[in-house]
Amino acid sequence: MTASLEVKGLAYAYPDGHQALFGVDLAIARGERVALLGPNGAGKTTLVLHLNGILEAGAGSVTVAGLPVGDRKHVAEVRRRVGIVFQDPDDQLFMPTVREDVAFGPAAAGLRGAELEACVRKALERVGMAEFADRPPHHLSFGQRRRVAVATVLAMEPEILVLDEPSSNLDPASRRELADILRSLDVTVLMVTHDLPYALELCPRSVVLSGGTVVADGRTQELLSDDALMRAHRLELPYGFDPRSVTVRG
Amino acid sequence: MGAGHAHRLYRHGHSPVHALPPQCKLAAVFCFVLVVVSTPRSAVWAFGLYAVLLATVAAVARVPAGFLLRRLLIEVPFVAFAVLMPFVAEGPRTEVLGLSLSVHGLWGAWNILAKGTLGVAASVLLASTTELRELLLGLQRLRLPALLVQIASFMIRYGDVITDEMRRMRVARASRGFEARGPRHWGVLAKSAGALFIRSYERGERVHLAMVSRGYAGSMPVIDDVTASRAQWSYAAVLPAAALLVCLMGWFL
Repeated sequence: MTASLEVKGLAYAYPDGHQALFGVDLAIARGERVALLGPNGAGKTTLVLHLNGILEAGAGSVTVAGLPVGDRKHVAEVRRRVGIVFQDPDDQLFMPTVREDVAFGPAAAGLRGAELEACVRKALERVGMAEFADRPPHHLSFGQRRRVAVATVLAMEPEILVLDEPSSNLDPASRRELADILRSLDVTVLMVTHDLPYALELCPRSVVLSGGTVVADGRTQELLSDDALMRAHRLELPYGFDPRSVTVRG
Repeated sequence: MGAGHAHRLYRHGHSPVHALPPQCKLAAVFCFVLVVVSTPRSAVWAFGLYAVLLATVAAVARVPAGFLLRRLLIEVPFVAFAVLMPFVAEGPRTEVLGLSLSVHGLWGAWNILAKGTLGVAASVLLASTTELRELLLGLQRLRLPALLVQIASFMIRYGDVITDEMRRMRVARASRGFEARGPRHWGVLAKSAGALFIRSYERGERVHLAMVSRGYAGSMPVIDDVTASRAQWSYAAVLPAAALLVCLMGWFL
């Protein structure tokens, strides 16, 4: 079976010369949920922007379900397969109503009429927001907007869902609701986060990116319990949180 | 500004006018205004008839007169200079209430006032019976360049976001003891405006990134297509057609 995502030797320097990635290797199998951890400035966002070809690799390659990213021919298909949920839902939700926003991706891919309508409804139902379809996004709470942002991407039936800081700015109840939704989805997930308990709760596997390379890749509970590794890469657990005492759900 | 900012002009209802497709209403209002401005100003009665036509539309749309008149106040700053015309224009003069006024000026002022008011009233009726989003769909349908429609639609979406950002900046300034009390403080306000511009610009880039990530390639996909039947078009045409009749009578009678 081909992996959902395969990154090989990916290196990238910004046009101003600042090099963000120095040979990243990462493979994610279909259906896996993986957390991408790392301190600020580690290159996490840069890596994410490579996954759907917004940034073009300086060296190395990215493939999504066997399809090479960066090949101009496949750009539309790659962007459909890789669903990125950005951190600020106000950036992600740019249409006048929730329904139109969720419809944007599928409509850009050519879906119309009843088919489009069904696709939108299904995506909104998956995040429990179907009754808000005709609302303008700015009338929703932050947590609701984040869920709609996830729906906008789900509507495109992505191969892999990439979430940038999904739990940021959420109150504990919304954070838990989002976790329930993410767990219920049958899709490969790559979650960029600083929220380590959230990573432990949702992702059996974690990858630590630091200084533009992958420095650790393994079971989340083991990584978070490795004090030396954590200290070396500016990763800190919240006060009183002990990953060893948590029973991880399968 | 509250969350309802974008919809403040709209008055919810279920009248036949509300139900018309937006492109029909837009075209009807546009033609009506064209007809009104091409009416000779001396046909005073014609403008009375136009007002009656609009009042009929308002009645069918169940828009109360008070609501309409209050909205008309928006026109005041624009016609203020029309009031000055009778005082400053040249030509033969006439006495009104002991004031010496120019005849040409009076006609000029009447012309601007009458045509302006009718145009604004028609637009107010359009805005109060059509949702902003629908107006955009209508404009798109009438083949307004897609770029303009996109710009307008983003303005609606982000107006509140940016207003909110502005409010937060004001609160942050006030919390640090700043209060704008005169020209000396304009510099601070100008810098805030600059910061707001840069933030909005950066947001624009992030929004574009999000759009590209979902398959945007330069044009907005068609999500809702509003179609109009022949009956709806002819129903909407009643207003400009009746106005045209009045206008022709104004020229030839």
